[in-house]
Amino acid sequence: MKPAETILLDHGSGGRASQELIKNIFLAQLDNPVLACLEDSALVETGAGRLAFTTDSYVVDPIFFPGGDIGELAINGTINDLAMRGAKPLCLSLGLILEEGFPLADLQRVIASVRTACNRADVPVVTGDTKVVPRGKGDKIFINTSGIGLVDPGLDISSRNAGPGDMIILSGSMGDHGITILTQRAGISLQGNLRSDTLALHRLVQKMLAAAPGAVHTLRDPTRGGVATSLNEIAAAAQVAVELDENQLPIKPEVGAACEILGMDPLYLANEGKCLALVAAEHADRLLALMRSLPEGADAAIIGRVTKGPAGRVRLNTAAGGSRIVQSLTGEPLPRIC
Amino acid sequence: MKYVSEFRDKTFIAPLVDELRRTIDRPLRVMEVCGTHTMAIFRHGLRAILPEGLNLISGPGCPVCVTSAAHIDGFIEVAGRQGVRAAIFGDLFRVPGTHGSLARAQSAGAHVEVVYSPTDALALARNHPEEIVVFLSVGFETTIPLVAATILEAQRQEVDNFAVFSAHKIMPPALAALLGDPELRLDGLLCPGHVSTIIGAAAYEPLAAGHGLSCVVAGFEPVDILQALIMVARQAREGRFEVENAYGRAVTWEGNPRARKLMDQVFEPVDCQWRGLGIIPGSGMAIRPEFARFDAEKRFGIRLADTPEPKGCMCGEILKGRKTPADCPLFAGRCTPLDPVGPCMVSSEGTCAAHYRFGQTG
Repeated sequence: MKPAETILLDHGSGGRASQELIKNIFLAQLDNPVLACLEDSALVETGAGRLAFTTDSYVVDPIFFPGGDIGELAINGTINDLAMRGAKPLCLSLGLILEEGFPLADLQRVIASVRTACNRADVPVVTGDTKVVPRGKGDKIFINTSGIGLVDPGLDISSRNAGPGDMIILSGSMGDHGITILTQRAGISLQGNLRSDTLALHRLVQKMLAAAPGAVHTLRDPTRGGVATSLNEIAAAAQVAVELDENQLPIKPEVGAACEILGMDPLYLANEGKCLALVAAEHADRLLALMRSLPEGADAAIIGRVTKGPAGRVRLNTAAGGSRIVQSLTGEPLPRIC
Repeated sequence: MKYVSEFRDKTFIAPLVDELRRTIDRPLRVMEVCGTHTMAIFRHGLRAILPEGLNLISGPGCPVCVTSAAHIDGFIEVAGRQGVRAAIFGDLFRVPGTHGSLARAQSAGAHVEVVYSPTDALALARNHPEEIVVFLSVGFETTIPLVAATILEAQRQEVDNFAVFSAHKIMPPALAALLGDPELRLDGLLCPGHVSTIIGAAAYEPLAAGHGLSCVVAGFEPVDILQALIMVARQAREGRFEVENAYGRAVTWEGNPRARKLMDQVFEPVDCQWRGLGIIPGSGMAIRPEFARFDAEKRFGIRLADTPEPKGCMCGEILKGRKTPADCPLFAGRCTPLDPVGPCMVSSEGTCAAHYRFGQTG
């Protein structure tokens, strides 16, 4: 087929189509050294210190789901993008696009969870904006949040810093958010307790950085595209290879079961309260123990390691004793047919 | 996961690999017919541990992959009609027709919805009486009885705004056509576990006898697949050509006669074009005339055009097991899962998609 002339859903998947859009349209026109880093948030020198700055939009459907809602997601997600550069979040903006006819009671409910999430994280919303579009021109509620954070002098957390020998820690179980939304959307009810994992991770990150200065090289929150896509991006940015052990991947039984039924691979499912930490091997066990002692990292596990090369390759040692390549997500995860 | 992880556990698998290695006494060519087998073999990294001398060839058993461009064009035409809501299984979304895909059609304004069962499509029809909901249906014997039951249910409930566009196919005629190719030189078939729950292991007896081939029905976990491969290797060693069932916990000798009856009540065999394989007599399943009101092709007056295979694409040869994805000049360059040229790249169960996604590593 000829290249698409319109936006496809794939372009918003966080996988390869999204990457192509960023490269061919956004970077092509807006390129500058800070933007080109393509990290979870940008670091801007101010003369008086370094600011981390990030923005994210939330269009999740359904807006209320087990374990959270769009409001809580919008706060935690942006805080996490700041945290993944080691920043201490200072404040957030909250932009709303509301569809005519959206019930005020639902808006109240969403904003109440924004408040709860802000209080819990101790990060305030300090500015906001609201627009209303005619019925049918939006879908209930879209939220944009931006966030500013401060980065301690000398701290350098970046995908590029991953190095051979680093151990890869995942802060908890994979795929909880993605599979919860997918099953809700599909109207599939499964026994068990599928819940979104939406959670702010800045405190966990600060404690890790304090416990082992210099040991944490890279942090990423594996949202859209999942752990597989995040690790591919890190491997490409740092020009290293990644090796994962399937047996070590933390997957809740109910998430694994739902994935089997829907034909999904948890490696590609979105997480909203988890981070990947690539850390110096000699500090890995201590950092893992610290993470496990905290509520945000109770199920943390070492899932693999960074190796020299070939650059950009992510390989999985399977439970069956074989091995295979793990690619980036190519499009929106869709269920299989048979 | 209880009753799943055991089937993927190295401690059970390593001895099976050893036994397979000991059993193989000459190079063997074995075709895994089903796309789910192809995916399972890659997903669990089995190619990295299988003994040398065992050549696994991926067959035509991915229903999305073998759906012709003509059918996809027909699907797109129906989906674009005023007042139509098309319901599909997700894998169909990106499959290329002659000029586009359902994903492109949706971006251009068509109404396409991913469902998980044909009964979901019927529910959509009941909930949207102002629209005609058309289930664009591809699938083998595993899927067809469920679609048949849904049509019978639509008839019972008198849901007039529901229709099915059938691109269904059945496996035995395609396998017979494929095995007629002397170049294939197969020693054995891993027969599709899901399809076999319906047609039964007995359905492969004519193939085993007629082509001097060992046919072993296989499940989809690594232990199942290895067990089946060992059975193929034993037959080869002992010079037997028989049907055996390595998937007894799901498949019986006679299959599911009730499901077959449902299928035959609503559908009848027709000649059908398979992508890459051409027209295979009696290999399609069309809606019988007495259910014509639920037949989208008739309702919308769709005529399937003759469509050529895309230039340079080797999917036909790959589906026949004659070539591997690496032989194709388009593979991983011009043809990727995001922008597939041929059918084997588009479905998550396609051979090329499996090679692309999981690669082969030692």
